Amino acid sequence: MANPTPDESGTAGVRTDAVDYMTDTRPIASEPAAPGCRKRDPILVAKNVTRAFGGINAVDVEYLEVPRHKITALIGPNGAGKTTFFNLLTGFDQPNSGEWTFDGTSLHGVPSYKVSRMGMVRTFQLTKVMGKLKVIENMRLGATRQEGEKLSKALFKNIWGGREREITRHADGLLEKFKLDTKREDYAASLSGGQRKLLEMARALMADPKLVMLDEPMAGVNPALTQSLLDHVRNLKSEGMTVLFVEHDMHMVRNIADWVVVMAEGRIVAEGPPAEVMKDQAVIDAYLGAHHDVDLGAAEGIEVLEHQLAQDKESVVGTADEGILGHGITEQDGRDPDEGRDRKDAP
Amino acid sequence: MSQQTPEGGNAVVTVTDLVAGYLPGVNILNGCSIEARPGELIGIIGPNGAGKSTLLKAMFGLVKIHSGKVVVRGRDITGLKANKLVSQGIGFVPQTNNVFATLTIEENMQMGMFQRPKDFKERFDFVTGIFPELGKRRQQRAGSLSGGERQMVAMGRALMMDPAVLLLDEPSAGLSPVKQDETFLRVHEINRAGVSVIMVEQNARRCLQICDRAYVLDQGRDAYTGTGRELLKDPKVIQLYLGTLAESA
Repeated sequence: MANPTPDESGTAGVRTDAVDYMTDTRPIASEPAAPGCRKRDPILVAKNVTRAFGGINAVDVEYLEVPRHKITALIGPNGAGKTTFFNLLTGFDQPNSGEWTFDGTSLHGVPSYKVSRMGMVRTFQLTKVMGKLKVIENMRLGATRQEGEKLSKALFKNIWGGREREITRHADGLLEKFKLDTKREDYAASLSGGQRKLLEMARALMADPKLVMLDEPMAGVNPALTQSLLDHVRNLKSEGMTVLFVEHDMHMVRNIADWVVVMAEGRIVAEGPPAEVMKDQAVIDAYLGAHHDVDLGAAEGIEVLEHQLAQDKESVVGTADEGILGHGITEQDGRDPDEGRDRKDAP
Repeated sequence: MSQQTPEGGNAVVTVTDLVAGYLPGVNILNGCSIEARPGELIGIIGPNGAGKSTLLKAMFGLVKIHSGKVVVRGRDITGLKANKLVSQGIGFVPQTNNVFATLTIEENMQMGMFQRPKDFKERFDFVTGIFPELGKRRQQRAGSLSGGERQMVAMGRALMMDPAVLLLDEPSAGLSPVKQDETFLRVHEINRAGVSVIMVEQNARRCLQICDRAYVLDQGRDAYTGTGRELLKDPKVIQLYLGTLAESA
């Protein structure tokens, strides 16, 4: 199977051989899957990217490669730094340190609009559509190379008219694909949350990107639209694009991701194919906590958890700072059995 | 919600058919009804965008209510401003921007009860009993604190006014698993001290484990309700909100 080399894929978005990307079974990583492992063909490489907010290290990524022509999921609990990492990579925020390259070009200090022109576009968790513009106008905004943006040229329609027709054709094609064609003339403000997600994704494609970064594409989307969104993301891959998405929805991750990167507290704690990553103890700990197997609802659950936390160096339980916590430990022996440690709703 | 008490009955908070949203004509809540009885710990879970945070904000007068009612201890407080609600016995801990970053911890606590400055010392002692770290570091600026510490400051400030009901918006968000567990234990203890709590949570599993009753919100409505135990075992809830990881754990 003739897979494109990195150089050939400069024309991302143009289908060379659709089957290729979907059925390519060659290994993604060139070494055993572990945080920061090297990929066979990376499109994005980040090195030592850090960002702190007033003493909290929101992002501290030592090394990450994103494989080309694959769907990579970036998962992790809330506050893990996923969206901040997205913001740094796409120029919406400046890191404290770090280097990263997209297709071999360093993106450090490159403003977001230039990043998107280079073929790396993103969507947002909270959609950013222009509510007072029509759907089709929102779409046209996403296109690059618009001559009419310059005042001197804006006056002469013959200069930009052709390009605008081209853009509109492209936009109409995408709207049809995303089943938004019936909404073409509606104001974007009238769309539902799920439709806005679709519009934002379609608008991102107007820039003919090589790498599409989706920030929680499923968040707030009506379950009925979920399947079609999944299909759209898969289609991006079949058309030769690389996808990096942040998601909480494990169903989606399991379903469409080729590779999963797990972040927790700013760092990458695991990487690998979805099935393996989901079994990884570091991932389960990051998501559910090392003490996740304690059922707080059980009669002794709270006491058990307090005991476990007292053993944990990170916890204040068992120290002078525990406050109202941990009295299950300190008072354990002389405790009144009717103190009500059992559940109120217990029968 | 067959068990709902009549308005002003023995419930601390009754929310009836609340319709609310940020923009005219775009409702986030579409007829949401919940109720908290004295001493109850109520959990509110649901997918992103279901209106969980909006519900708390609407109850606390931060979002415009289009129709429906909020009754606290028998008094209709629908649409009252936040400063009036605090003296009615409601404490609210927002998810983000929940401390005055340029003020010290102690000043943050003072802001929590500027309406009753005389009782400051007594309440501050109470709050530092729950969070000893806040007492030790009272002169430190809140802006220099970590996420977990800010969460304590915000919760402490809300407790300064001795609220009858505490509204918590995702208290565990952004915290490490250990700090999350501590937060849940603390909320449980605060509740046992007699404060009714309504807690919106993304960590549905833990939330359902400690709460007395919970509501599952979906698209601005209360889709299911039950005790935490019941919902933890409910296949629909497991599939939709606890996720596959939780299921296997």
